[in-house]
Amino acid sequence: MSSTPTITVNGDEVPLAGIAAHTTTLDWLRERGLTGAKEGCAEGECGACSVLVARPGTDAPTEWTAVNACLVPVAALDGQELVTSEGLGTSSDLHPVQQEIAVRGGSQCGFCTPGFVCSLAAEFYRPGRTGDATPAGTGDGTGDGTVNGTSRGTDVAPCDHEHGPNGVDLHALSGNLCRCTGYRPIRDAAFALGAPEADDAFAARQAEPPPAPRPTRVAVDGAEFVRPQSLAEALDLLVARPDAQVVAGSTDWGVEVNIRGRRAPYVVAVDRLPELRELSYGDDVVEIGAALTLTEIERRLAGRVPLLAEVFPQFASRLIRNSATIGGNIGTGSPIGDTPPALLALDAEVVLASPRGERVVPLADYFTGYRQSVRSDDELIKAVRLPLPLAPLVGFHKIAKRRFDDISSVAVGYALEVADGVVARARIGLGGVAATPLRAVATEDALVGRPWTEETVRRAAAVLAGEGTPMDDHRASASYRSAMLGQSLLRLFHTHGPADGPAPLQEVSA
Amino acid sequence: MSALSERPENPIVGIPLPHESAALHVTGEALYTDDLVVRTAGALHAWPVQAPHTHALVTSLRPEPAYDVPGVVRVLTAADVPGVNDAGIKHDEPLFPTEVMFHGHAVCWVLGETLEAARLGAEAVEVEYEPLPALVTVQEAIAAESFQGARPHLERGDVDGALDDAAHVFEGEFEFAGQEHFYLETHASLALVDEGGQVLVHSSTQHPSETQEIVAHVLGLPSHAVTVQCLRMGGAFGGKEMQPHGYAAIAALGATLTGRPVRLRLNRTQDITMSGKRHGFHSTWRVGFDDEGHVVGLEATLTADGGWSLDLSEPVLARALCHIDNAYWVPNVRVDGRIARTNKTSQTAFRGFGGPQGMLVMEDILGRCAPRLGIDPVELRRRNFYKSHHTTPYGQPVRHADRLQACWDQVAESGEVARRREEVAEFNRRHPHTKRGLAMTPVKFGISFNLTAFNQAGALVHVYKDGSVLINHGGTEMGQGLHTKMLQVAATTLGVPLERVRLAPTRTDKVPNTSATAASSGADLNGAAIKNACEQIRERLAQVAGGRLGTSPRDVRFDAGTVRGLSAASGTIGWDELVNTAYHQRVQLWAAGFYRTEGLHWDAASMRGEPFKYFAYGVAAAEVEVDGFTGSYRLRQVDIVHDVGDSLSPLIDIGQIEGGFVQGMGWLTLEDLRWDTSDGPGRGRLATQAASTYKLPSFSEMPEVFRVALLEKAHEEGAVYGSKAVGEPPLMLAFSVREALREAAAAFGPAGTSIELGCPATPEAVFWALDGARAAATPVPPDPEPALVSAG
Repeated sequence: MSSTPTITVNGDEVPLAGIAAHTTTLDWLRERGLTGAKEGCAEGECGACSVLVARPGTDAPTEWTAVNACLVPVAALDGQELVTSEGLGTSSDLHPVQQEIAVRGGSQCGFCTPGFVCSLAAEFYRPGRTGDATPAGTGDGTGDGTVNGTSRGTDVAPCDHEHGPNGVDLHALSGNLCRCTGYRPIRDAAFALGAPEADDAFAARQAEPPPAPRPTRVAVDGAEFVRPQSLAEALDLLVARPDAQVVAGSTDWGVEVNIRGRRAPYVVAVDRLPELRELSYGDDVVEIGAALTLTEIERRLAGRVPLLAEVFPQFASRLIRNSATIGGNIGTGSPIGDTPPALLALDAEVVLASPRGERVVPLADYFTGYRQSVRSDDELIKAVRLPLPLAPLVGFHKIAKRRFDDISSVAVGYALEVADGVVARARIGLGGVAATPLRAVATEDALVGRPWTEETVRRAAAVLAGEGTPMDDHRASASYRSAMLGQSLLRLFHTHGPADGPAPLQEVSA
Repeated sequence: MSALSERPENPIVGIPLPHESAALHVTGEALYTDDLVVRTAGALHAWPVQAPHTHALVTSLRPEPAYDVPGVVRVLTAADVPGVNDAGIKHDEPLFPTEVMFHGHAVCWVLGETLEAARLGAEAVEVEYEPLPALVTVQEAIAAESFQGARPHLERGDVDGALDDAAHVFEGEFEFAGQEHFYLETHASLALVDEGGQVLVHSSTQHPSETQEIVAHVLGLPSHAVTVQCLRMGGAFGGKEMQPHGYAAIAALGATLTGRPVRLRLNRTQDITMSGKRHGFHSTWRVGFDDEGHVVGLEATLTADGGWSLDLSEPVLARALCHIDNAYWVPNVRVDGRIARTNKTSQTAFRGFGGPQGMLVMEDILGRCAPRLGIDPVELRRRNFYKSHHTTPYGQPVRHADRLQACWDQVAESGEVARRREEVAEFNRRHPHTKRGLAMTPVKFGISFNLTAFNQAGALVHVYKDGSVLINHGGTEMGQGLHTKMLQVAATTLGVPLERVRLAPTRTDKVPNTSATAASSGADLNGAAIKNACEQIRERLAQVAGGRLGTSPRDVRFDAGTVRGLSAASGTIGWDELVNTAYHQRVQLWAAGFYRTEGLHWDAASMRGEPFKYFAYGVAAAEVEVDGFTGSYRLRQVDIVHDVGDSLSPLIDIGQIEGGFVQGMGWLTLEDLRWDTSDGPGRGRLATQAASTYKLPSFSEMPEVFRVALLEKAHEEGAVYGSKAVGEPPLMLAFSVREALREAAAAFGPAGTSIELGCPATPEAVFWALDGARAAATPVPPDPEPALVSAG
């Protein structure tokens, strides 16, 4: 663990000298004169700091993955490869992504632009993206933002205002904010991209293995950043240092560092531990490694857990999902995390590992108070288990001001089983209505054993509206939160009602 | 056509071009103020000590403990100020205050070798406060009669008589929120002491000359000892018109005291808690209509929430009063304005500068009254449009009022509004839980600074011996594409290819006494000044060319780098060769240009005159779909026709229209400034002080179909090359979204439902609106419903 940390930036291997344990990748890049990446918010919300990191891929050995440089400690990138907007192209030799954004008016003030470029470049190189570009000519100043290209390729996802004919998914840019353009020219640029050229070096890099995680120890001014090599080693460190701060994607801890000025004496990175990065889909259980990112889980499950498939696009942004792990989302214990309501509905269990061995705790018993849980200081979340078979009727309702990349005021996860018109089993998870995520047990009781009818649903909805103890805050009023709970079950029934006819609730509410 | 507006053959203006820095933007090569720090040796970093009180006296301030923090170099306090301890032009903004006026007010600043050292040093400074009662909401200020500045009054006709005689009279109250600029680049300054005591401040400022003045008066220096440069800004939107001065002054003070460069860059939390925002307003109104729905009289009181200091609140309020009519003829009108003094950030300029607030009051009135009049809101608006013989309430003729109708008709036709409104009605009949709404709203916006003196500009144009051209002007680049347009103007006037012209950064030692790049006037003013400078040079060169070509200088034409006489027989001469010849004939190859807008007059006391050179017009149609379970919505389609005159740069102008529209939509529907109005310990604190809690429009808010067209045959005699200003007016096209939401919410209720909609119309606000409408349609009384949530 004593080799000098290094990082490969835009093709050059550079020693990571003199960095503090908390130094962010963004600050480090900017202090080196690579000022393309910007700080717009320092909490992973605006994407002005987006850079590309070579990560283990799902559909290729390596995938260029866009991450928020403001959140990632640079020490976490020891041995890794990073590319910034400066490395993609130069003003005299623009990268295709840069070219399209530049000529279509996709930059105005330009401050957010390098971040957009990196996020879009990741989508440009995403293995499996296929299709043809929008026909040229939308940069003629007419401003006609209509998506007029129909899919001409094969096996191309449906094309709409968020999905280009070239396979570009605009959700790739959901973590990037632009205050100037109104986004239309950036969308046009995104949909105009073709495939990488045959001699494209970044595309070629994806066919090679990713850089391996490297054991790291950075110690400056009494603070340390440590990346252990194995789970056993990590657990030993936690025993030795009860004050250790465990980080994975650092999407939560990075905010604490940047916004609240928190500094940990001892940081242990667990995001590359192989034991925490396995995913298995068995006969009676799905086991998801705690250090898998939301993006990796989304891609590897590929829709096999439909409730989670509803969560993924609503979970923060692509930039965050590329770093945030499922273990981290549970581990922070936030009452407004996006996965717990769904995982509660799925009857998930948490696998906790310590030097004493492993134990399995139902998620419903895991949270004990605001950001508190049954996990002891020497335990790590190793995996999340979902029992099979999955309930067939599912829904995830996230209430927020903004559709992309917002924090919920209320979230509800449903997993119901309706047999012969009767609710056989119901699991409902709630977020945002109490100090912890919780199960809506009273509502479940109001459903189970009763016919899946409007009458049952109306009665249960009234129970659901009274679950939890919602608060007034800047996201929503308590009364709106309660109203949303009550509306949620009606909405689920409207979507998954027993009849195929329109509007099961029509006669009551219209 | 006027000499100012006429275009030569083959003009470079009018060509759609990307932003002049686009290739630098996309590669990250474009430099912003804070990018200079790593390129500046030995810079110190500044961090504020922010008060944790909303209103308090500073009873003691002990900087000493900060010096125990390794790396702390200096704590700046009021005792260090050699000049005037004030950051504003109204002398009501102490740079180092003894009275904390809002939560997060900076009481002193710490300089450190690193940002971390400065931050820890700031934590170590010991400050004691004596808390005082605070006014947080505009309602509290009204109740306490806490006002500041002028109380303008605008009146025309016999309002009382008109309202007495009106067939229908309605009255109401409407309070709406302000808006955070959220430029992606926060406030930043880097100050250095140059040779001979010259202070150079790089600042992200829309108003370098005023930043220079404030830095000079804080340092006790004459203006000629201070130079301010602005490379470019990462967005500004009015938020860097007045607000950068104090930060620049702190950096400059630190640099003069330490002899080292000082960098001051606010992080997002500091920026959002310390810098001013768009004014929220409270309004009360009474309006009268005749039986056909014509507005016959309007009486209103507008109270702007000015925050703790006067700042730009007076001109913002004046513009609000001057725009309450929006596009509508109101024969009898009386509007009173006042500025509440509250313990909040000092509210300031923001794209539209009060105009949006005044217009919003009128659009809200029409949206609420249309169902009560039984008139389709689209028709109600159209019916009240200005005609060309009308004058505004302040007495200015409404020139080109016919363009309102032209924009309206074009949107209606190209957007197939009539057919789509039928589809919306049919959709709504079939869908009990989802409703759509399609609304059209107009914009009329006056162009020029209300204060006549600001309507002047300067430029400096150099032609070098090799024929290359360097231009400099007083305007700043914040992303709006001003520099792109200025390059096009210079290339057009000189008749050279665009590549021959380069633009140098805005600096106060190049062009002095500039006005803010604001009021949408950047291209009008600076473009005319550049044109003037280029014309001086061109006329001198025409003399030289006339001699060479054997033709009259009057007949010499400059086109694409070739100079020729009118007659083909006279031959041609290349631009570079002509320039070289002129140099050897000792002809001056540079010029200072100047422009002042003619024909303006304004009496601020009586609120009468012709303060605007012209009006910019536009119309938008927006279609939304609202979910009845949550109040969330999608913007399905937007069609816009906007009048930019003869566009100087169509791609830039389309970008301004689209971007302004989405920013306006953010203000009206999403962006939610929440101040703690409780009596708890956090009273007065801004609760939404981060990107995670203050949500801007993202890709998910972009209209699914977004069609923008520029009005054709729109030549404007009064502006450079026939163009019109475009920066601000499109923001107000977003009223169409709010009105469409109102219509969709109403569709949940019985026919004729009048909707009061919170502003911003967040999903929660829309939910309560539609829930109220739905309850009105339900025979059984519903549960007690919560009151409409009012923001701000």
